[in-house]
Amino acid sequence: MKGLYLMIPMAPLIGSIIAGLFGRKIGRTGAHTVTIAGVAVAFVLSLITFFKIAVFDGETFNGVVYTWMISDGISFDVGFLIDKLTALMMVVVTFVSLMVHIYTIGYMADDDGYQRFFSYIALFTFSMLMLVMANNFMQLFFGWEAVGLVSYLLIGFWFKKESAIYANMKAFIVNRVGDFGFLLGIAAVLMYFGSVDYADVFAAAPHMKDMTIQIWGDQQWSVMTVICILLFIGAMGKSAQAPLHVWLPDSMEGPTPISALIHAATMVTAGIFMVARMSPLYELSETALSFVLVIGAITAFSMGLLGVFVRSEERRVGKERRSRWGPIHYTMGASAYAAGIFHLMTHAFFKALLFLGAGSVIIAMHHDQDIRNMGGLKKYMPITYWTSLIGSLALIGFPGTAGFFSKDAIIEAVWESHLAGSTFAWICVLLGVFVTALYSFRMFFLVFHGEERMDEHTKHHLKESPKVVTIPLICLAIPSLVAGMIGVGPLLFGGFFEGAIHVDEAHNVLEHMGEEYTGVFGFLIHGTLGLPFLLAMAGIYTAWHVYMKRPDLADQIKARFRGFYDLLVRKYGFDEFNDRFFAGGSRQLAKVLFEKGDATMIDGIMVNGTAKSVGWIAGKVRNIQTGMLYHYAFAMIVGMLLLVTLFVLMG
Amino acid sequence: MNFVMPTFLPALPEIFVLTMACAVLIADVYKSEKNPFITYHLSLVTLLGAAVLTVMMHDAEPVITFGGSFINDSMAALLKVFIYLVTAVVFLYSRDYLIQRGLFKGEFLILGLFAVLGMMVMVSAYNMVTVYLGLELMSLSLYAMVAMHRDSSVASEAAMKYFILGAVASGFLLYGMSLIYGATGQLGLTEIASYIKASSGHDLILVLGVSFVVVALAFKLGAVPFHMWIPDVYHGAPTPITLFIGSAPKIAALAMVLRLLSDGLGGLHGEWQGMLILLTVLSVTLGNVVAIAQKNIKRMLAYSTIAHVGFIFMGVLAGSPAGNAGAMFYIITYAIMALGGFGMILLLSRAGFEADNIEDFKGLAKRNPWFAFMMLIVMFSMAGVPPTVGFYAKLSVLSAVIDAGYVWVAAYAVLFSVVGAFYYLRVIKFMYFDDQDDNTPIESSPDVRAVMSANALAILLLGIFPGTLMGMCASAASVAH
Repeated sequence: MKGLYLMIPMAPLIGSIIAGLFGRKIGRTGAHTVTIAGVAVAFVLSLITFFKIAVFDGETFNGVVYTWMISDGISFDVGFLIDKLTALMMVVVTFVSLMVHIYTIGYMADDDGYQRFFSYIALFTFSMLMLVMANNFMQLFFGWEAVGLVSYLLIGFWFKKESAIYANMKAFIVNRVGDFGFLLGIAAVLMYFGSVDYADVFAAAPHMKDMTIQIWGDQQWSVMTVICILLFIGAMGKSAQAPLHVWLPDSMEGPTPISALIHAATMVTAGIFMVARMSPLYELSETALSFVLVIGAITAFSMGLLGVFVRSEERRVGKERRSRWGPIHYTMGASAYAAGIFHLMTHAFFKALLFLGAGSVIIAMHHDQDIRNMGGLKKYMPITYWTSLIGSLALIGFPGTAGFFSKDAIIEAVWESHLAGSTFAWICVLLGVFVTALYSFRMFFLVFHGEERMDEHTKHHLKESPKVVTIPLICLAIPSLVAGMIGVGPLLFGGFFEGAIHVDEAHNVLEHMGEEYTGVFGFLIHGTLGLPFLLAMAGIYTAWHVYMKRPDLADQIKARFRGFYDLLVRKYGFDEFNDRFFAGGSRQLAKVLFEKGDATMIDGIMVNGTAKSVGWIAGKVRNIQTGMLYHYAFAMIVGMLLLVTLFVLMG
Repeated sequence: MNFVMPTFLPALPEIFVLTMACAVLIADVYKSEKNPFITYHLSLVTLLGAAVLTVMMHDAEPVITFGGSFINDSMAALLKVFIYLVTAVVFLYSRDYLIQRGLFKGEFLILGLFAVLGMMVMVSAYNMVTVYLGLELMSLSLYAMVAMHRDSSVASEAAMKYFILGAVASGFLLYGMSLIYGATGQLGLTEIASYIKASSGHDLILVLGVSFVVVALAFKLGAVPFHMWIPDVYHGAPTPITLFIGSAPKIAALAMVLRLLSDGLGGLHGEWQGMLILLTVLSVTLGNVVAIAQKNIKRMLAYSTIAHVGFIFMGVLAGSPAGNAGAMFYIITYAIMALGGFGMILLLSRAGFEADNIEDFKGLAKRNPWFAFMMLIVMFSMAGVPPTVGFYAKLSVLSAVIDAGYVWVAAYAVLFSVVGAFYYLRVIKFMYFDDQDDNTPIESSPDVRAVMSANALAILLLGIFPGTLMGMCASAASVAH
């Protein structure tokens, strides 16, 4: 079994290495063949694993593949923990990744960095798999950082572009802030549990519940809360939660929309997955759960609003898709981990679909990404149109689509929760539904309907994208439609994650909901009559009314709410604040430290001073080596006498 | 008194090497012009055969024979196998260099094989006379090897210095041994150990004997202030001989240190520990500082050897199995690194060009990126940069000395290895950041290139997977002592 599991991350890694190092030799076809083969192998094996573990109820696998080192009794291993949660994640990651690989053949066809790009995305698949398959915190951290590295490389893929370099630096630095928290969290785990192995830590966790830690002053903090919040800070970076969300919009500087997809649909799931994996720890701290809940809610709502207004300024298709990870996070906070993972899965499908759809439009428009030049594309690109429609409907949670089931489950779960901040979260999520529907259909209408605003030349060449692009779209559209219906019963209420995710009795909202669950149709009808559905419809209608029927309305609204609008356009001022306060501040500090500390103290006195004096001494001491034999013999005698005097006579 | 025939079987590798060395000697006399490499190949076969025999003869339980004067245990087997390996690589690296200079004669191989035999005896010696016997066999061969290039006045001078100073050191060793014999009445190491265990109190004569022995050991390994011969001999000897002196004999010398100090005089740990601390501190300081001022890379590596010897003594002075294992690991990996470093000089040299100035490495990265990278690995490893094996070697002796309670020694050594990093990194700087003056392509045989690459990559691989070798050293150090 070990061999099979080892093959899963190794196959994409091998593909990546071959495409990366020998890309020039094997050519474009060679590069995409090896990487796609690698990811396909990983996907098939993941599927087998999934069926074995999830469908036929196989044993959970927890084993060590390689012990890297044992330091002070703590073993640092490369090991796999394969349970239902992992198996599901593996399938989602490899499936989406496989689709992206195939799609890339079409999208990157004219790019010089073709092989390099394939190497990166295959490496990404490897990193993501290492992350989800880990059975210990060290490997989790390895995957975490590796994913961050690849995302840095992808955002800066066009490294000659000034803005791309800025964006990848930004993503890297912001993630570093999160990772710092994450690393502190792992360090805290190590300090209190003396192990980095999941099984050991989770087994010992309940005994740690009432332990406290003194961080500063006399304030006592619960150890569990501290650990969970620190780990969650890491997740906030990766999953782009406020206030560490600022990197995500800029990440679209990479080859849109594929790298965007990697970020928005796959990498950000790392944070959610981590919280679900750590459920035995989070369940022990209500404070941490509330923290997760509130952060998630704030992100969901505020980012949704940005989606409507800011986008209308920047007008780029690829940029349309915002971070929608808030909802999942607050479900985690509400202890409805299964609902969160369920939404993560459906979301990965339809978000991927939307990105790839947008990419397909961009290909047709010859890499012109300005929405103002689009419109009425429906008749030219039927497959893209219909698949995008499915994706958009799933995104807003239209009854019957995958998004509907998972989203509704989340809203219900938050409603049922009694944790601090859950009501606030519930209001945020409802407003979020409206806003999501508004912005996603705004773009949908502007691109596919209305008048054709492109120039004659482009119009002449408009046609449906090639098969390597449309087939992934169709492949993703199918689960976007049906994954919800299939998954809702077993995943949410069927105890699928038994053993993999731990939920405390006190806040088991899903079980509560399960009592009222009467099957797919009951859920469907219940949802259709609910408030979320009405809000979504209202969102679509507003989008249609404002942007299709009365385009002048948009400008009026803009004029009416000038101040609020400005705030939104400036993304609540996060970027400026960061630029001025953190970037500017650290530059100032760095300048002082550089001039006074580094140039004068360290370089001047310590480094060069030491170096000079060592050099001087060396020059002098080498003169001892006179080349005269009797000097040498004399030195030996003196040394001998020294030893005898020191250790025999005086000793 | 009836004479019991001793078991010869444990000494089979020694007997084999002796026989073969004689056979090579005869073959060299009668070899035809058509087949000049017969002795070379025979020598390699000898080393290979000795390795096979050593592994076959190896038994987890130590075997003692020849009336308690010879031991065959895990440590002996481990160190011997590495001595063969290192010597074989030395022969291979040296071949082209010696041919170009007309030095490729049977003497080099024969003296080399006798030196190997001496080392084997040193490694397996279990009484003081055998230790001395092995040491002299090895040293006399090495003196002659240094002098082999008769036309070179530098080499002759080096040989003379080496011989006279070596004789002085041998005198110290003999004097120390005779004092110990006088105090204990024993020659065998186990007997001496049990005598010390049984006796109580401070025996001045014994301690005086120990300090003489320590001086001789320090000379053989090259610890300050008994290091004076090292720079001159390393610099003066032809590079292949430097390569040989700098690698395999160090392994044997450590074996001698462990046999005498740990096996024989282990009971006087408290007495010799202080001496070793002093030697360590002096060696680490002087080696690292003076290496900075060198322009000749052989001389620089000579001083770096002195610094490394300081680290090796650090493992020994801990006086624990972990410390001994660390010292063994260090010496083995150091021998491999020395092979890489001196081997690279040989690789770059050609007829009329020695490549032994640090400046000769300028721009190597442009001339030959692959070997520049190999040299980079060797230099990083000597400086102790992870993930190369040099890091683990330093780590293992440092942790041993810290466990022994000498944190300050460890801190001091680490501080000076930072100073030492300078001259290793300077080589890398020359290779990668300076422009070349020399555009001649590297001329060397494919087998040398292959082994050179394997050598450097082994340094990297042992650094990533140090477990196996570390485990072997640990089990060799833990058995029977």
